[in-house]
Amino acid sequence: MLSGAVILSALELGCIYALVALALLVSFRILNIADMTTDGSFTLGCAVSATVAVAGHPILALPAAMLAGAAAGGITALLQTRFRIPSILAGIITNTGLYTVNLAVMGFSSNVNMLKTDTVFTLLRPLLGPSYRIVPAAVVTVLSAVLLVLFLKTRLGLSIRATGDNPDMVRASSINTGFTITVGLCLSNALTALSGALLAQYQKTADINLGTGMVIIGLASLIIGESLFPRGKLWMKAAGALVGSLLYRFIIAIALRMDLPSECLKLISAVIVALAIGLPGLKKGRKAAC
Amino acid sequence: MLKLTNITKTFAPGTVNQKTALCGIDLHLAPGDFVTVLGSNGAGKSTLFSVIAGSIRPDTGSVILDGQDVTALPDYKRSKYIGRLFQDPLKGTAPNMTIAENLALAYLRSSGRHSPFSMVSAAERREFRDRLSQLGLGLEDRMDSPVGLLSGGQRQALTLLMATLVTPKLLLLDEHTAALDPATAEKVLELTKSIVAQNRITCLMITHDISSALQLGNRTIIMNAGKIVGELDGPERANMDEGQLLEVFRRFRLNDDRLLFRDAP
Repeated sequence: MLSGAVILSALELGCIYALVALALLVSFRILNIADMTTDGSFTLGCAVSATVAVAGHPILALPAAMLAGAAAGGITALLQTRFRIPSILAGIITNTGLYTVNLAVMGFSSNVNMLKTDTVFTLLRPLLGPSYRIVPAAVVTVLSAVLLVLFLKTRLGLSIRATGDNPDMVRASSINTGFTITVGLCLSNALTALSGALLAQYQKTADINLGTGMVIIGLASLIIGESLFPRGKLWMKAAGALVGSLLYRFIIAIALRMDLPSECLKLISAVIVALAIGLPGLKKGRKAAC
Repeated sequence: MLKLTNITKTFAPGTVNQKTALCGIDLHLAPGDFVTVLGSNGAGKSTLFSVIAGSIRPDTGSVILDGQDVTALPDYKRSKYIGRLFQDPLKGTAPNMTIAENLALAYLRSSGRHSPFSMVSAAERREFRDRLSQLGLGLEDRMDSPVGLLSGGQRQALTLLMATLVTPKLLLLDEHTAALDPATAEKVLELTKSIVAQNRITCLMITHDISSALQLGNRTIIMNAGKIVGELDGPERANMDEGQLLEVFRRFRLNDDRLLFRDAP
């Protein structure tokens, strides 16, 4: 039903977008914050990556994009922890501001073309042959997942997890919640921006609208993964985010194959997320009503 | 170890809700002191604990912990040296993290290792296992299950272990067994007693249970209306029974309808 090329590109995209699912694992699942900065920091990653790559530094583009993403997350965290703005609103404010920033990064143009630019993928093409896109995408994503899981077992990582898990406990212990929330949001937005950075170089173009709906796509992937893997261990959760993202891309590939107009995909994603997050609550509500 | 001098705290000063919670508290704890605190609701016991832990800043007075003036130190910096347990057993542990991860967090943040990226070694994990088995609750075989699956008593015992994994300079117990059923409360109290004795921890414990107030520790203070109105120690305390303590309460015209007795006085 799906050709080899379609499967390969679903795998490639799945690996790249899995970084957003990992980012949301940190912000949504661990810190318990629905981080609306995600859309904007994804585009920011695209924009920075494209601009730096066009300037001739495709490899430097990746850490540069992560740094920019971390800064965006830092601003959301600042609004939330210092100015006491509710977390969702803080994200939306940053996201709105990022639209202008993203345009500025791309030289006040709504897209950047990289057709004649070297990317991390094209640099590896002579070395890797036809797998020149899947290998770097998979390596970056798996490496990020491993480092993330290791980080979450360190003192700082455990503190971040406790911050989202039991605020009462954290207030009574030697953890500065403002700091842990900031580190968590910087980290998650750096991952989101890395995803955007890879995507821009992968498709050789950056566009101001690439990030739209990204938070929902990431959540859908995360939740698909969670439904397949048993809850509990961190490794499982990270693996779930990866597999969920791959599956999401396959679902989309199949939907496109069935001649579903691509305009419908966001609606489908929204329905998946609403159902997956809403069903447990609906069941509970019924029980309470009885 | 702990020295409180002239601690005063008034909530909502200058309004109709003005409430003086603490009024010139002086308290001195020698290293290894285990002091039980009695007093009716609103006597200022929990406010006193919050001042010591740093979550409330006193209007006047100073808090000196182990020779260091910590009055202005925020709570999260102070809690490296101070272990604190609350009445609610759900407050002290993170439910979605495993037993081992909760212990690791408690251990890493108070063990004095400065790197935020420090991790628990295999040897330290084995030590956690040993310490868990000393609780006698079988938790050592469930180190990788989430804490949310444990009972209230098990969670409170775990919180106690977390607070004392690295011996704190001071342990604050705020009615930490009041929300548990009597058998579990007894068990957690026994654990408290042995852990505090083993590590010679300086400890303050709020309780409404008269017999444990007298049996545990070496001193008892009685609070009323923001003041320390009575103190028992030495032979007077050792020879006192519950009925006599009630007499002391009457002497200070105290009224604590939450007092618990083992035997009818």
